[in-house]
Parts: sequence; C-alpha cells; structure tokens
Amino acid sequence: MKLNLKTYLSAFALSATFFACSGTSEKKLPIIGERETEERIVDGKTMVDTIYHQIPAFTFINQDSVEITDKNFDNKVYVANFFFTHCPSICPTMQRNLLKVYEKYKGDERVAFLSHSIDFKYDSPSVLKSYAQKLGVTNEQWQFVTGNKKDIYGIADKYLVYTKEDENAPGGYDHQSYLVLVDPQKRIRGAYDGTNDEQVAQLFDDLTILLKEQ
Amino acid sequence: MRNTIFSLAGISIFLGMLIFSCQPNVSIETAQYAVNGQKLYTTHCQSCHGSKGEGLGMLYPPLTDTTYLQQNREKLACIVKNGMTGPVEIGGKTFEGDMPGNPQLTNVDIAYILTYITTTFGNSTETYTQEDVKSSLENCL
Repeated sequence: MKLNLKTYLSAFALSATFFACSGTSEKKLPIIGERETEERIVDGKTMVDTIYHQIPAFTFINQDSVEITDKNFDNKVYVANFFFTHCPSICPTMQRNLLKVYEKYKGDERVAFLSHSIDFKYDSPSVLKSYAQKLGVTNEQWQFVTGNKKDIYGIADKYLVYTKEDENAPGGYDHQSYLVLVDPQKRIRGAYDGTNDEQVAQLFDDLTILLKEQ
Repeated sequence: MRNTIFSLAGISIFLGMLIFSCQPNVSIETAQYAVNGQKLYTTHCQSCHGSKGEGLGMLYPPLTDTTYLQQNREKLACIVKNGMTGPVEIGGKTFEGDMPGNPQLTNVDIAYILTYITTTFGNSTETYTQEDVKSSLENCL
C-alpha cells in the first residue's frame, strides 16, 4: 500500500490542530479588582501598561507576638481571610474548610495562609496562639494576625472583603467569609465563600492552576 | 420444575432479606423528630460541631462520643439551652473553652435537635421527648 504525501500532511495537520487546541485551553485565573493604565515613553514610542489592583504593604503582629509583613508572603501564593476566635456563626465552618487546604499543602513552601482577626479588642497574640494550636496548626505556614482597628479593617477593603463592627451581628462583628487567593505579585486571583463546599472545591482546583502559572 | 422451585425459594428469601433490612430500627415519631432536628442542627450547631458531628480540632468537641451522650442524657438539654463552660472530657480528650447557649430555642426545638444528635451521632433509638427536655431544664445546675 502506498501512502502518499497527502495522507501524511493531513495526519500532521490533524495532530497539529489537536495540540494547538489543548495548548490554548489551559485555564488561567482572572486578575480581580480595578485596574488602571499607565503610559510611558520607550524609545520615543508611547507604551501602555496595565496597573492591577495589589495588596499594599502591611505590618501586623502574629500569634507569637512577632511582626508579620507583606515580605513574609513574597514569592508565595497565599490564602487570606478574616475571622475572630469567638465567632459563633460562619468562622468555624470557614476555618474548618481552610484547614483542609492547609493540610493538603502543609510543608509546601510555595503556599501560605493568613487569617486576620477583626476582634482587635479580645484576640491578643496569646488568644490567637491558643486558637491556632487547638485548630491543629503546627507550623508557621498559617499565620494568625492582629493589629489596630484602622489597619485591619483597612486591609480588608484591599482584599475586597466586607468587615464591620456591629453590635447586632452574632459575636459583635459582621464580616464576609471569603477565602481570598493572592498570587506572588500580590494580585487577587480568586475569592471563595469559605462556608460553601462547592466554592471551597473550586479553591482547591484554582490553587493548582495558580501554582502551575509560577 | 425443581429448578423453578429452587429459584422461587431463592427469590423469596432475597426479598424477605430486603424487606427486613429496610425496616427502620426507630419509630416513625423518632424519625420525624430527627428530620426536624437536622434542619435546626444545621442552623444552630453545625458551624462548630460539623455536619457529621466531628467537631473541629481541639476547639469544638465532637458529638460522636456515645458514652458521653448516654451518661449525660439528662444534662443535654441544659447544655443546648444554656451553653457550657469547660473543661469537658469527650472521647478521652479534654476540651476547654465556652460554648454559647441558645436561649431562643423552644423545648420542642431542643427535643428535635437532641433526637437528631443522639440517634444520628450516638447510638440511641429513642426519641428525646419534650417531657425529657422539660424535666432536664428544671434540674440544670
């Protein structure tokens, strides 16, 4: 049987199409938040850069009374959230789910976790320490931080998470249960309701995608 | 003919097993209480104690210690209604910390919840009745 050039060519074209398709279908996570453009002149030509929303520099105190800054999360993918230790409503479910993510990536230095307490009155470092131990967090990969009210509530806005002191809310504070996925450039790449099993499953998937991007 | 009899006998034994295995080991009333209790459990208890009563680390105790549930059956309504201050030993581990009470729950709500907990996570087959709740609450510490 004689295989002519045409057969080879069409087989080649078919496989090329197939590979091209699988290449472009690789999923990328969106970059969330407002963006601005910045013009600059390079070699006499005007270039336009997109400036994405980023988590700004921060300094908080962790469960060991040690200063934790944005530098601790350089070159890492991290998941941030807002909670308080005696929160009776959504926090336990949210932390139970984040604990599952922590356990999967425990020991993986590319991934970190950051829980901010919004109860700046009660949640001192020693209270956070006891909470972290009882939750089952045994290394420095998951930080629990506190700070003054202005800084904590200010950074919550930057993570696009609603937090408010509210005497009518259970426990005295009202907040959203988002688990916010941040990339090494401090850009928000996803937000998942920590009380919703489907969205938590999505976080597992998206974290894998984001780690492949690095 | 003989084969037919054998297979008929086989089928009827199989059917009989199916019917008996499907028979619930709790009364219809208990099952109804547990169904109502599940909804209330989701709202009032699940965040801390988990959808399977598994608790969370050393923060919140599991509700699956059948011995504890049996030995403290008459205290359970007080714990749900008025909360609890640790330490408490559950499943061989000591839990510290406070559980907030749920004073807004009515006696029938508490009966539903405790029937759900004691039959689903514990090994009870009995309804935790409204009378049980009432007598328990009269003797809270």
